[in-house]
Amino acid sequence: MTDSNVRAADRLDLLTAETSEGAQELQRRSSTNADELGREAGAVLRLDGLTLDPTSIDFDRRDDETMIINMGPAHPSTHGVLRLMLELDGEFVLRTKPIIGYLHTGMEKTGEELSYIQGGTNVTRMDYLSPVINELCYSMAVEKLLDIEIPDRAIWIRMLMSELNRISSHLVWMATNGMDLGASSMMIYGLRERELILAFFEKTAGLRLNLNYVRPGGVAADLPDGWQDDVLVICDTIYARTFEYDELLTGQPIFRNRMIGVAPLAAEEALALGVTGPLLRSTGVAWDLRRAMPYLAYDQVEFDVIVGTYGDNFDRYAIRLNEIRESIRIVRQCIEKMPSGDYRSQDPKVTPPPRARIGESMEALIHHFKLFTEGFQVPAGEVYSAVESPRGEIGCYIVADGTAKPYRMHVRAPSFVNLQAVSLLMRGGMMSDAITVISTIDPVLGEVDR
Amino acid sequence: MTSLSSTAPPGVITSEALAADLCCFPTLEQYVDLVASFRADGFEMCVDLCGVDYLEHFDRWLPEGVDATRFEIVVNLLSLSKKERVRIRVQAGDDAPKIDSLFALYPGTEAMEREVFDLFGILFTNHPDLTRILMPEDWEGHPLRKDYGAGRVPVQFKESPGPR
Repeated sequence: MTDSNVRAADRLDLLTAETSEGAQELQRRSSTNADELGREAGAVLRLDGLTLDPTSIDFDRRDDETMIINMGPAHPSTHGVLRLMLELDGEFVLRTKPIIGYLHTGMEKTGEELSYIQGGTNVTRMDYLSPVINELCYSMAVEKLLDIEIPDRAIWIRMLMSELNRISSHLVWMATNGMDLGASSMMIYGLRERELILAFFEKTAGLRLNLNYVRPGGVAADLPDGWQDDVLVICDTIYARTFEYDELLTGQPIFRNRMIGVAPLAAEEALALGVTGPLLRSTGVAWDLRRAMPYLAYDQVEFDVIVGTYGDNFDRYAIRLNEIRESIRIVRQCIEKMPSGDYRSQDPKVTPPPRARIGESMEALIHHFKLFTEGFQVPAGEVYSAVESPRGEIGCYIVADGTAKPYRMHVRAPSFVNLQAVSLLMRGGMMSDAITVISTIDPVLGEVDR
Repeated sequence: MTSLSSTAPPGVITSEALAADLCCFPTLEQYVDLVASFRADGFEMCVDLCGVDYLEHFDRWLPEGVDATRFEIVVNLLSLSKKERVRIRVQAGDDAPKIDSLFALYPGTEAMEREVFDLFGILFTNHPDLTRILMPEDWEGHPLRKDYGAGRVPVQFKESPGPR
């Protein structure tokens, strides 16, 4: 019998080797080198020397005094399949290491197999809470390579949809964060309000979650008749209800005790770790790509960039709550300023002929067929496009080789990078605060693992 | 278009880039020094680090003087103060690609470099914990390499017999 066929009974060592993530896991102190140890203990700016401070919580700590435990990958508060390994001293966290990859489905490899038109269906599934923004980032990268202009109406529709999506994503965050802290009514309220937005998505794009609505060249469909009324109802309802959340959570003593001053992050640490989004803004750095490097028509709308002071859990909560209100402000301006015109580029290279023409023109039929079987060719080159997602900077790096498929499609996922702050934020905290730290980092595991 | 700072190593080849302010093509020796000079010059954040395997697109455009290799590391730096983006493309080698880690300059590249190691098999020297990050520990091969056929190897479930 060959080795690979021998299982548990005869070769216990093989079994443990194959069911563990091996070197990816958090190792005992005695078998960890100084750099890695420092990393897991949350050293970011103390990179030189890495000598532990004698007053530090784990100075001169031996392996038999601490305990390494697993949290996840199926833990309900890890928001998916995140696995954390924690080294504990009683109730206190000394070291943390996130272990990821449980949702890895090779989406970057898949992206190389799909044409530029099909690519949207792939990227939309990465960050499943903000599909429109993923598609936007991808489409903008393709459009830059193609060097095409998109019509004004498409730009404003994209903006409207991405802000609605930002609201729905933050609502899910409000919901799950409430749930993690035991405020289970918040879970229901958050999902209730999100439902309004998902219903509008369904009316517009035909799908609720993975829309594939924003496509290279514009958007898939025009807004439905009477969309202004629908969106106004959404704005009015959710805006009023954000004040209910205030009453429910913001002033509530238990909630405040769990959030205020817990897991603070400094601006220098956030920048060094490459952390973006609400996590970075909570430290006082007013960095929002919508304001700093405007794309679409964000330079033509009024909104405030919400910034925190202490970088603690409560700041991150307050930023997300207020970003819902700011997004509603932008959505209202989109309703007012929505221009008329085409909802997609009329460049025949990327846009299929109108449905009515297909029935009467052979050329239109051939064109339509070619576009959806072969796709369109994109000139060789490479581009990185970045937009502000609810979790931070989402970037798409595409290398084109002149064919109809991307040669390489890499997505810079904000959650993937933000997750590196876990070790730093958890160090020295209580085990129960670990839950709130994961929650306020707000990782979406579909995007972390891609 | 931004320019290199005075502390940058001499002789770095630059070009214009689509949707970035500058694209640099340092050699492996110049790489870390160049990134360090950008960091000193106000590029606070390393937003992205990824690899590209140019096996099937080897004759890509590169400025004169850059020796094309199969693997390339692409680093995107961001300056919040200047609102600029800079891209750095390093030719990382053909057979046994190996490059210095940026961990000491930007600790946030730790996970990104692990991902590149995992999916492309590019080694990073001085990386604190160079292990696989997305694939299981016992996975064979590096999936994003172009000679790693998609769909050729069946899904490796933990308890199934080995792939080959």
